[in-house]
Amino acid sequence: MQFPILSVIVFTPLVAALIIFLMNGERKNEIRVTALAAAVFALALSAWVYFSYDQSLAGYQLIEKYDWLPVLGISYHVGVDGMSTPLVLLTGLVMFTGVLISWGIDDRPREFFAFLFLLAGGVFGVFVALDLFMLFFFYEIAVFPMYLLIAIWGWKQTREYAAMKLTLYLFLGSVFALVGALAMYWQVGLNTGIYTFDMLAMEQVGAMAGMVTIFGYSIPFQVFWFLPVFLGFAILGGIFPFHNWSPDGHVAAPTAVSMFHAGVLMKLGAFAALRVGIMLLPEGAHYWQWVILGLATVNVVYGAFIAMIQKDLKYIIGFSSVSHMGLVVLGFATLTREGMVGAGLQMFSHGVMTALFFSAVGMVYDRAHTRQLAELGGMSKPLPWVAVAFIIGGLVSMGMPGFSGFVAEFPIFMGVWKTQWVVAIIASISIVITAAYILIAVRRAFFGELPAQFEGHIHPISVLDKVALVTLCAVMIALGVFPGLMAPLVELGVQNVLRLLGGA
Amino acid sequence: MTTETLIWLLPLPPLLAFFLIVLFTNKNKALSHSIAVGAALLSFAGSMVVFFRAVGAEHFGEHPFTSFVNWLPTGDTFLKIGVLIDPLSAVTLFFVAWTILMIFIYSVGYHNFGQPQGDHDHKGLPPHGATVADAHGHQHTVLSVEPMYSRFFAFIGLFAFGMYTLVISDNLLTLFVGWEVMGLCSYLLIGFWFAKPSARAAGIKAFMTTRVGDVFMLLGIAFLYSATGTLTFREIFTVETLHVLATTITPVFGLSAAGLIALLLFIGTIGKSAQWPLHIWLPDAMEGPTPVSAMIHAATMVSAGVYAVLRMFPLLTADFHGHNLTPTMSVVAFIGTFTAIFAATIALAQNDIKKVLAYSTISQLGFMIAALGMGAYIAAAFHLVTHAFFKALLFLGSGSVIHGMEHGVLHTGNHHIDPQDMLNMGGLRKKMPITFWTFLIGGFALSGFPLVTAGFWSKDEILADAFAHGHWTILATLSIAALMTAFYTMRQITLTFFGEPRTKEAEHAHETPWTMTLPLAFLSVFAVGFGWVGIPEHFPGIGGLLPNWFHHFVGGTLLEHPEAVEFSPIPLIISLVVALGGLALGWLVYKDFKAGQPDPLQKPFGPLYGFLQNKWYFDEFYAFFVIQPVIWISEVFTNAMDRGFIDGVLHSFGKVALWIGDLFRNKFDKPFINEFLGDGTAAIFQKAGHELRYTQTGRIQSYLIVSASFLIVLVAVLAYLFLA
Repeated sequence: MQFPILSVIVFTPLVAALIIFLMNGERKNEIRVTALAAAVFALALSAWVYFSYDQSLAGYQLIEKYDWLPVLGISYHVGVDGMSTPLVLLTGLVMFTGVLISWGIDDRPREFFAFLFLLAGGVFGVFVALDLFMLFFFYEIAVFPMYLLIAIWGWKQTREYAAMKLTLYLFLGSVFALVGALAMYWQVGLNTGIYTFDMLAMEQVGAMAGMVTIFGYSIPFQVFWFLPVFLGFAILGGIFPFHNWSPDGHVAAPTAVSMFHAGVLMKLGAFAALRVGIMLLPEGAHYWQWVILGLATVNVVYGAFIAMIQKDLKYIIGFSSVSHMGLVVLGFATLTREGMVGAGLQMFSHGVMTALFFSAVGMVYDRAHTRQLAELGGMSKPLPWVAVAFIIGGLVSMGMPGFSGFVAEFPIFMGVWKTQWVVAIIASISIVITAAYILIAVRRAFFGELPAQFEGHIHPISVLDKVALVTLCAVMIALGVFPGLMAPLVELGVQNVLRLLGGA
Repeated sequence: MTTETLIWLLPLPPLLAFFLIVLFTNKNKALSHSIAVGAALLSFAGSMVVFFRAVGAEHFGEHPFTSFVNWLPTGDTFLKIGVLIDPLSAVTLFFVAWTILMIFIYSVGYHNFGQPQGDHDHKGLPPHGATVADAHGHQHTVLSVEPMYSRFFAFIGLFAFGMYTLVISDNLLTLFVGWEVMGLCSYLLIGFWFAKPSARAAGIKAFMTTRVGDVFMLLGIAFLYSATGTLTFREIFTVETLHVLATTITPVFGLSAAGLIALLLFIGTIGKSAQWPLHIWLPDAMEGPTPVSAMIHAATMVSAGVYAVLRMFPLLTADFHGHNLTPTMSVVAFIGTFTAIFAATIALAQNDIKKVLAYSTISQLGFMIAALGMGAYIAAAFHLVTHAFFKALLFLGSGSVIHGMEHGVLHTGNHHIDPQDMLNMGGLRKKMPITFWTFLIGGFALSGFPLVTAGFWSKDEILADAFAHGHWTILATLSIAALMTAFYTMRQITLTFFGEPRTKEAEHAHETPWTMTLPLAFLSVFAVGFGWVGIPEHFPGIGGLLPNWFHHFVGGTLLEHPEAVEFSPIPLIISLVVALGGLALGWLVYKDFKAGQPDPLQKPFGPLYGFLQNKWYFDEFYAFFVIQPVIWISEVFTNAMDRGFIDGVLHSFGKVALWIGDLFRNKFDKPFINEFLGDGTAAIFQKAGHELRYTQTGRIQSYLIVSASFLIVLVAVLAYLFLA
């Protein structure tokens, strides 16, 4: 039997959470070291998964399958394909850097890290799940600690409101998606007599709709259930008009939680919307393509405009996430190879980028105790590393060639132009606006005069912080210069999606 | 080393220099500039080798140097990136390599290498001067070295990397990479003195404005790729592909695919080459150090916009059959022509020595764009090269002048004197002779001084083309623009160098060090000599003495070699009249200009003068019609939509939920379930218990009696059931 690497990845954070929870809460440094050890281990494993994925074989790999509740057709079934492998690596990266920059948390670090790892375990679980029931199971595990993390360790002014808003939105979404999933489950059972939550089996059923309607989900069935399932998950991806939980959540969340929230949690929504919505109900995706395309376009442009006039650094990044996640959904909605490859890359690139942004903003906030652009300024002098990191993140965000953002956005725009050029033109407005808000933020926060009250009070960042920033920057530059490191992998995942969509 | 390998290596030295300086040598000024200049020299030497091999090659147009690798996999195929040196890029490489090297060397002197540290200088501000004591103990204020000296060389190194990448690209993708890298460097270098609010604002303005163009360019690239499946020039510019693109009709204004793609790409050029209506950033970009203005905003980056159109020329003219201009070409021609005259009018009324040159650059780029719109490929390419040389020369000359003036300002200590204002100058020809003579050469080249200067030959060719194809409006407009060009150039030369010094500062101006004057000398050679490689064969007298090498060489780039236009004396006469007339007028109007006088044009022009001085109020126009609406939209989205409507709906859901909860609790739960059912049931049981209490007597006997009687009844029932 091969080494069950995916299970180990999923359970590493969960077990680590348990261990940390059982440790003595007063011995904070031991807790931190334990957390870091677990994070390094998870990162190493996720890198291993990434590089051991055999591109010549394609398809789902590293599969493990055990019966769980065979009566109901539920199994413990994990595996990765070209779409999910980069996301596993992303989660490892965010977990590692998230622990590094949370080193300074002094208020109950035991509970903080325990909940953070619970969340991470859930995220890993969703990305590797091949069983629909499991996917929901881990999905809820990932969502629920967010409430506690924000409500307890968050920004005092808005944390309760934001935590509640976030939780309600996400559970509302998952309820819709769950109902749709159950409908799919029963439909397969009624048609074939086999009741199963196995997504590999359900994939085949969904794709058969066009050819043999007796076995597959009928087209009206897919058309009916696509929207609740897709939108239900896409809420977590921040789709318009259900995006509002996200910026509010970011602002209230502590730094590491923001990193997780924007870095991987929103990817979870987009990923599940693809995996369950588009891949299992391809006819529905064809039918509703224009609605999704429209909503995503609104996301892209609307988010950028709002980001431009925000006064709070975290709101700027929060709304920029709404805009950039819109590009992911936009890429999916093109149902073209270029668009989807771009979207896959964008999920990874945006994940790393926002993790970087939020860690940089967190470092500024921890020292200046404000995130208001009007009160900041000149931070490049005391915090040169943070300034450079923020600028690199900004360049990624603007889609500068040589950085991962360009590699991701360019194919998306190619796909969109192919599908509908008007949408491409409208969406491209955001590129200009993005440049505007990034430059404004950089100028106001990092250049100009350092306000007198900060003179001498901004202590430099720690070595651990630097490690986190450098890691994230290096990944974005590496991907920008050598897109071949990731693009072929995503391409393999996309081929499978296109096969289900009946395109390739 | 094969030529192809060499081409791949061209952009690398400056990039390497960037990293070396940023990571290791930024504390050491001498080492930093040595690395940067050394890198520029390496790239320069490589470029010259490539250029001369290209010139020596047979049938070079058909068999250019080319090589590629796979970069971004897209399904079955790869997005290839590669290098291509064909006649067009070879010529471009030539002037790019020369100007970049010259400007690198010039920067050493410009940033006062070898001078002491300033007394109060700090990072982000131009140096303010240092006080030193001489052998006799007298205190002098002298120029001080730039505090961010090393950083400057790192940035221009990165910029040079971008420009070389753009030139050697064989495809739109890497061309776009170089394009964007330059845009970024332009932003960084305009805002180099970041502690000056005006410099920061100018940087952002430049970046944002060009960004608008870039977005369209990106869309054009996306469209091109989805239409042809490739971004490599030589794969697109085949007869078949061009035919398909020219005959495919798109839904946008009924343009052909080729026309639409060319138009989208051209909008990128409008931004990059500062054409109307996206010209507004270039004058403000003069906030940057002068070498930056010379390199980025005159010789290379803004030229790259024109270069891109030249590169895409087959696409632009794919559905052009030599008679009526296609819609896209008409747009290009219009934008170019209008920009040429529009910017020239503004240049008439500027007093800042660099602003005049900035508007002149916009105007000259307009000439090239107009030429391209008419299909005059060779003329545009020719003017591109000559302009790069003489405009770089002029900018560097102006930098030298400013430097000399700053010397004067430090001497007098009067910091209210603007060293860039031409009204404060005068008589500098004696103080700064090398700068004067080289500036004069550059200025005459810009004016198109007949026969000798390069500018004459290239500008004449544009006018001749317009004449030969009967584009009368364009011809007339460009001729007037050329007249204005000669006029404002002479105004500039007269105000700066002739007459008597109008301020004390000008009296104490001083010639600049050799690192600054040597590049001026080199560039003036080209500002004159480069014109001679493109003299039309039928030009009276001297035509044919030198072969029209430029035409034959660059013409080879196109599949269909362009015909030389027939010689006609009319455009030649026009050229002569506007150049000489403009120069003479400029001299006559300004030769007696005295300190404190208003500009002699102010009176005859009346309110028009203010209109020109304020640049046709375009900045105000954009502030009101673009920036305000964008902010307004953002506010509406944020306040009305996001915070108002969406959150409002959400919060009202919350309220409804609370209301329902309240209803359930207070109207149903409490009165009915709790009090009626819950408490009610409890009350019934309590009452029953109360009543039944009397059965609990506590005596064994009575319990036994009850038990016994139950037992009897039970047995009786069971017996009955079984027996029945």
